[in-house]
Amino acid sequence: MKQHLLSVRDLKVYFRGRDTVARAVDGVSFDIRKGETVCLVGESGCGKTVSALTILDLIPKPPGEVMAGRVLFKGTDLLGLTEPEMRKIRGKQIAMVFQEPLTSLNPVFTIGDQIREAILVHEPVSPDELNRRCIRLLRDVGIPSPEERLKDYPHQLSGGQRQRVMIAMALACGPDLVIADEPTTALDVTVQAQILNLMQSIQESSEMSVLYITHDLGVVANIADRVYVMYAGIIVEQGTTEEIFSSPGHPYTKGLLASLPSRSRRGEQLHSIPGTVPNPAYKPSGCPFHPRCPTAVDACKVRFPEMIDHGAGHLSRCPVVKQ
Amino acid sequence: MRNTQYPITDTQQALEALSAPKKTRLHELWALFRENRLAVIGLVIFVLFLLTAVSGVILTSGQNPVFDPAMVRLQEKLLPPFTRPHLKALQPAQVPTLGIYLFGTDNLGRDVFSRMLQGAWVSLTVGFVAVGISVLVGVFMGGIAGYFGHESICLDHILAILVLSAGAIFLFMGWIGTGAACMAAGFIYTAVCLFARTRTGQAQRRGIFRMRAISVDTVIMRMVDIMLCFPSFFLILTVVALVPASMYNIMIVIGLTSWMGTARFVRAEFLSLREQDFVTAAKALGVGNFRIIFRHMMPNAVAPVLVSATIGIATAILTEAGLSFLGFGVPPPHATWGNILSDGKGFIFDAPWLTFIPGVAILIVVLCFNLFGEGLRDAMNPKLRERG
Repeated sequence: MKQHLLSVRDLKVYFRGRDTVARAVDGVSFDIRKGETVCLVGESGCGKTVSALTILDLIPKPPGEVMAGRVLFKGTDLLGLTEPEMRKIRGKQIAMVFQEPLTSLNPVFTIGDQIREAILVHEPVSPDELNRRCIRLLRDVGIPSPEERLKDYPHQLSGGQRQRVMIAMALACGPDLVIADEPTTALDVTVQAQILNLMQSIQESSEMSVLYITHDLGVVANIADRVYVMYAGIIVEQGTTEEIFSSPGHPYTKGLLASLPSRSRRGEQLHSIPGTVPNPAYKPSGCPFHPRCPTAVDACKVRFPEMIDHGAGHLSRCPVVKQ
Repeated sequence: MRNTQYPITDTQQALEALSAPKKTRLHELWALFRENRLAVIGLVIFVLFLLTAVSGVILTSGQNPVFDPAMVRLQEKLLPPFTRPHLKALQPAQVPTLGIYLFGTDNLGRDVFSRMLQGAWVSLTVGFVAVGISVLVGVFMGGIAGYFGHESICLDHILAILVLSAGAIFLFMGWIGTGAACMAAGFIYTAVCLFARTRTGQAQRRGIFRMRAISVDTVIMRMVDIMLCFPSFFLILTVVALVPASMYNIMIVIGLTSWMGTARFVRAEFLSLREQDFVTAAKALGVGNFRIIFRHMMPNAVAPVLVSATIGIATAILTEAGLSFLGFGVPPPHATWGNILSDGKGFIFDAPWLTFIPGVAILIVVLCFNLFGEGLRDAMNPKLRERG
């Protein structure tokens, strides 16, 4: 069993409104081992991005507030670190790739400037070495003629190329963990496949762990070693990719899987889970999924479900569904 | 499922190379700017003015200047422009360099052309330095208000500032003992606070002294509002009456009373920039706050600042001319366009060129700065680009 690189324990992040408290992340625990790809899956607004941002202490405070929990990275609790100590971790040990490659690059600097900065923030390198490293990074992420591209501004690159640049910046200091927050959502499908392949090949060559946040189960099936399914700020199911896809133990996971278009059900109407994710400020009592759940019983309305162990690391938060 | 189909193929490379035109932002900006003919005229006059001012300071300063603005020739007073000097009445040293009084002479027989040359440098430096000061202050204040605006100032911060300023006042009044004690207490308290803050990462907010009194944004922006309430020309007049009159004091005073517009611009830009993804991305790379403010956000906010600065230069030149006209500006014998105008107003019927020439010079320079500034704004504002 490999050691846990990152383990998040019972994390609670609340956002204070004028007279409401939005419980965006409400007791989330997950682990990432060395060299592993872990997917965090869920609908929009279920707390995936907030969980990821909290790891790097990037949520806006106020209104955000970490109420409880620990984020252990290589044994140290990141939530207890000061801002200067945290700055040394960001980019150097944990890097992040954002959802929108169009807006995540500063429009007024060349991509060369931005990659150089990503390196220089953490390592004082000579200009020659710096240039060589930038070119190597761009070549690693598959950008043609990197020497010339360094002088380009973000608006001169296509969306896919910009995301490649973002990945290059994330990899600049050789981080142990890369958090990818829906990096392919804004890209079209062919580019999406290229980016996924790129991330996989880089990961294989550098023994890096990836926390991949997505709502796209197709992506999950492609890249994940293990999956955490999130709903309304909690983890409702976790397990290896095979387990989750072959024998989902939570009605929400089942619903998500049924919503995927598939060849066997060609021509039929697509399945959808009725309703939407509850407002994090007004969550239903008991199991947060019960208003949308097809198998809900009366007990679901009052009792918050505990994690049930199905063996082999597969856990789910539903007492009703039997394996 | 795991296939690694990369690096990308050659066709794709070729296609991507085609799709991205090689054009920097500066080229684009120049292309847009060039379409506005008035703005280009403004730029040309601005460059001419710059050259005139720089050559003016070289030609009129030193022991034996090429053009001597202080040379008094009483026998040649109030001559109209383009008059030839009476060579017989003058000593060889008094003969104007050009051999002609290009802009005429004033009531002391000084060559107005030389004085205009000297005054151009004053106008230029006052314009640039005053606007430089106002932009620096404005950008700093606006940047702090926009980026750290949501942070609060607590009661104990106010207390520390009060103790420190009380100490300063005591020291100023000569009560060394009390003053030093106050200053020391204030500094020690600040140091302890800062130390505690870095230790825990975030300051604990408990007790009456840690109550959030007011936000940084409120403090700075209300200060701006208060500054804007004063009629600035009279504020400048008051200050100039108090401090000794010199070119540098004038620059500083004009600069410190005109930063409010810039602060507002920068704050507004920062409020929207702060939420941009690239700022979060920079944070995620481990970039520090001040580097984010000045390296990542400032270049994005610089366009409106540049435009308001260009127009600000025109205003500063006008203000300086106004001050000089009223006799509060750069002290004589140094010539400025304002005091040439002021000297000439007594002879407006006998020698109209004494008021006309500096007046027209001020008008042209101010107009060209305004035109240039507006052209720059139109070129930089993407919303106005489509207008054609």
